[in-house]
Amino acid sequence: MSVIDGQVAPGPGGLCQKGWTAGELLRHPGRLTTPLLHGEPVSWDDALDFVAARIRSYEPDEVAVFGGGGLTNEKAYALGKFARVALKTSQIDYNGRFCMSSAAAAGNKAFGLDRGLPFPLTDLKTADAVLLAGSNPAETMPPFLRHLEGPRLIVIDPRRTPTAERATLHLQPAPGTDLALALGLLHTAVVEGLVDKEYIAERTTGFDDAWRVAAQWWPEQTERVTGVSAADQRAAVELLAGRSYILTGRGSEQHASGTDTVSAFINLALALGLPGREGSGYGCLTGQGNGQGGREHGQKADQLPGYRKIDDPAARRHVMDVWGVSELPGPGRSAYELLMADDVKAMLVFGSNPVVSAPRAAGVADRFKALDLLVVADFVLSETAAMADVVFPVTQWAEEDGTMTNLEGRVIRRRKALDPPPGVRSDLELLNGLATRLGVPAGFPVVPREVFEELRRASAGGLADYSGITYDRLDAERLHWPVPSTGHPGTPRLFLDRFAHADGLARFVPVDHRGPAEPPDAEFPLQATTGRVLQHYQSGAQTRRIGELMKAVPEMYVEMHPDTAARAGLEAGSLAHVVSRRGRVTAAVRCVPSMRADAVFLPFHFPGDGRANLLTNPALDPTSRMPEFKVCAVRLERA
Amino acid sequence: MRRIVIVGYGMAGARLADEVRRRDPGVHLTVVGAEPHAAYNRVLLSTVVAGSMTPESTRLHDDDWAERHDIDLRLGCGVEEIDRAARTVRLTSGEEVGYDALVLATGSTPWVPPAEGLLEDGALAPGVVAFRTLDDCAQIEAKAAKGMPVAVLGGGLLGIEAARGLAGRGCLVTVVHPVGHLMERQLDPGAGTVLARTLGRLGIEFRLNSLAAKYLPGDGLVLDDGSHVPAELVVVSAGVRAETSLAVAAGLTVDRGIVVDDALRTSDPRVHAIGDCAQHPGTVSGLVQPAWDQAAVLADRLTGADPAARYRGTSVVTRLKARDVDLAALGDVHTDVDCPDSEVLCFQEPSRGRYAKLVLRDDRVAGAIVLGAPDAAATITQLYDRGIPAPTDRLALLLGRALPAEAASPADLPSSAVICRCNTVSKGQIVSAWRAGAESLPQLAEATRATTGCGGCKDAVCGLLDWLGASQPQPA
Repeated sequence: MSVIDGQVAPGPGGLCQKGWTAGELLRHPGRLTTPLLHGEPVSWDDALDFVAARIRSYEPDEVAVFGGGGLTNEKAYALGKFARVALKTSQIDYNGRFCMSSAAAAGNKAFGLDRGLPFPLTDLKTADAVLLAGSNPAETMPPFLRHLEGPRLIVIDPRRTPTAERATLHLQPAPGTDLALALGLLHTAVVEGLVDKEYIAERTTGFDDAWRVAAQWWPEQTERVTGVSAADQRAAVELLAGRSYILTGRGSEQHASGTDTVSAFINLALALGLPGREGSGYGCLTGQGNGQGGREHGQKADQLPGYRKIDDPAARRHVMDVWGVSELPGPGRSAYELLMADDVKAMLVFGSNPVVSAPRAAGVADRFKALDLLVVADFVLSETAAMADVVFPVTQWAEEDGTMTNLEGRVIRRRKALDPPPGVRSDLELLNGLATRLGVPAGFPVVPREVFEELRRASAGGLADYSGITYDRLDAERLHWPVPSTGHPGTPRLFLDRFAHADGLARFVPVDHRGPAEPPDAEFPLQATTGRVLQHYQSGAQTRRIGELMKAVPEMYVEMHPDTAARAGLEAGSLAHVVSRRGRVTAAVRCVPSMRADAVFLPFHFPGDGRANLLTNPALDPTSRMPEFKVCAVRLERA
Repeated sequence: MRRIVIVGYGMAGARLADEVRRRDPGVHLTVVGAEPHAAYNRVLLSTVVAGSMTPESTRLHDDDWAERHDIDLRLGCGVEEIDRAARTVRLTSGEEVGYDALVLATGSTPWVPPAEGLLEDGALAPGVVAFRTLDDCAQIEAKAAKGMPVAVLGGGLLGIEAARGLAGRGCLVTVVHPVGHLMERQLDPGAGTVLARTLGRLGIEFRLNSLAAKYLPGDGLVLDDGSHVPAELVVVSAGVRAETSLAVAAGLTVDRGIVVDDALRTSDPRVHAIGDCAQHPGTVSGLVQPAWDQAAVLADRLTGADPAARYRGTSVVTRLKARDVDLAALGDVHTDVDCPDSEVLCFQEPSRGRYAKLVLRDDRVAGAIVLGAPDAAATITQLYDRGIPAPTDRLALLLGRALPAEAASPADLPSSAVICRCNTVSKGQIVSAWRAGAESLPQLAEATRATTGCGGCKDAVCGLLDWLGASQPQPA
């Protein structure tokens, strides 16, 4: 994609309406062009001085940083370093925790390494079949579907989404039962004689333990829990045996048992002998613009650059050497825990809008009100920025250089196309200005290429090794990490010879179904699930400012079966309250005959009393600390 | 330290041990199992008989399970006697083991019909095998050969699963059943008849309303009407009886099974019973789901994780596990279509093996039989289990997956219909662009952006182009 005269032109992969209209925000009247202090315009120096002075009055761990998966690699890296070196706080995490963390944890367990797709995206075209477990790319990233035109498509989704409509086979499990379905599919694969015994023996370990659990999920048992017929389970597994790919998305990951759910799908992929072979595999479909790169370079509570673990002494030593410091804080708290931590006095938010996007959003908003200091860097006045003591107006995508790492682990250059409006500075300039005022004048360059040069050294030897990548190489080559030297061609396909565990073997992880953290009951008899619509992105702070998109999807709505609506005294177009134990959402009713009668769907892009996350359950996955966005118990009332 | 002793290492006992350990790593746990090997999943035995699973893969635990979980496991060992006063059990090895809580999970034993010659000295005669244990399966596997005549005694759920498995192995199977239709506990006569017809097409023969009178080793069975069924192997699957002898000897209250309350206590509050050997008003025996539900409740109580846990019964859904036969039955199925208090729907298509009956009360599914309609079975089971009101379109529910609507002709679409979802382009916009001169796909894409996202609407846009072209007045 490129920008010509402020107009967006697509790359070869195609664009959806969000892409076409993204240029509108560059010169949007709502664009922030001056720092705000308690709502009043002030100079950059005054705003920076104010924030630095306040930060100096707190203990390091009383200051928290909340980042975003949309930030470039350079900004994500600089933010992690800023927190640990300039603020000396351990309290940093980011909204990618709400997005990628379950798949990342499961990938690390199984393969010893987490890269969204461990193969090039274009490999998908050659497959016989692709299973999408909880992903709706027809709405969330339409151009991706061009890679799925050849293979037969199996879609697992409680809703009949536009993606499901294009599938050869749509499996429609009850919300929160994906893990049981994955266990049932593994069981069926064994009974149908479709597992690759040679591969299991040579390239994996732990099958027997995983099987002992899956043995208790014969198809009819699985059918009873999930609602997916035994016949469809058999059909799915038969389609998958061969050259196929299993891909997970947020639908399987955003649960209190999300890590285990992904593990169960990886177990299925391993049993079928898919990963680590050309022409088949397992992958996770990364959500945000830089969902992959954003989780590799240190804005995560437990990580240092290069996908290093912050509690690994060797990793710490390496990074301290690169940063020229003699100490580093340890691991901090996960996103939701950090947002809600009452020992945090100051919060610095970059590229995120948690008042809309975090679970149990009303609680997060209350917590933000109670902070001493809330600082937000954004380019529009998001709902979170509107609450901030200080707002810094920063650059956006077309106005800055940098790199992103896409879902296949390929590092991509982003080139500056326009100068930012006067008054707007980059996040790197903001961090530099704060660090200088906090007494750390060196180490925070404002030129992205310089930051990237340092990121190369910091990531050298790590799992996500960028040391062989340069801006110049990126201009000429397609480079997938790891790239351990400038002569290295990159690694489009991982695991062909061995997996990343010390013994080279992939691990089956024995996992069992637990069900949703909040089962429906008499008081809250329905299950709500949340997700995206094509025309909006994330919290909607950007896309709700674009006329064409708002014309298409102007207001909060809730989808339900016509019978469900009728029983609640509602009809298409009427206003409903959707109520959970945590809050109440007002939404226009849409009747959708393909919905389950016991489930409703809410998009999460709307503000105020239309925030789907007023309802969601902050039950956290024990491993990934991912909240259970995808299912909570609700009831319907007439508004 | 508290001591829990579980007598029985079948599906109920093994599950209880797992559930207790998960909640309490410390409590002293002894498990006594009569069979010589690790617990296995009895539900999968029909899959073993069908040849699609190995006996090994039905095992619930590995060899080192007991060691890893610090469980005192006694295999190949029975309990001779319970001394409730001393709170000990005496094992067949002579050893006495003390308990603070005792759980009987002794399961059930096959019932053998009273035909002459089936039993020899109290044991099954040569050529006669029960269908109950892994060893039984091994025997069936070893004996059943392609083309061999086999008789199955009992046309209930398990008998039919065994018959289907054996037919799949190439055996010539005859099912002998004392009632006029198959699976009479779960099916009405209409469904039983369609099921027999479906199984008949798979090579299985039936002798209904028939009792075996005499077993002739190596030859077969003589039935009560004097007719003859050839069989070199007889598989007995005529029902089970709760194994209650220990409980009776210990003076516990026993009816058909060991009587338990909602806390799963027997008449002695220190002694509990779960699974097939237990009799609770809320359930029927012979199924695994009640045993698993009971294990969870009892583990909650014995470990103190939830002292208030109670077992309230299990709603039973019967699901036949037999290749190419898809059958589910649940709830009250014996209500007739003309019953005034219920709404009953019935659909029959015996020639294609389909039968569906739905009993509704207060808008909820009260019972159903679904044969040959897998999607309907899955959906109706969910409605039943979750108490979801049935959809107003009863017919669609009964028939399963709604048929895909015919793709609408471009002419019939309203102008507001969205054709390109990625870019929110309606039919009206495409028509306007065409009228303004965009008469090819690239021109339309340029003008409206339709097809430039995921590309999925290309066929629809081409269809519109054809329609628009065809509707243009032809030059004279």
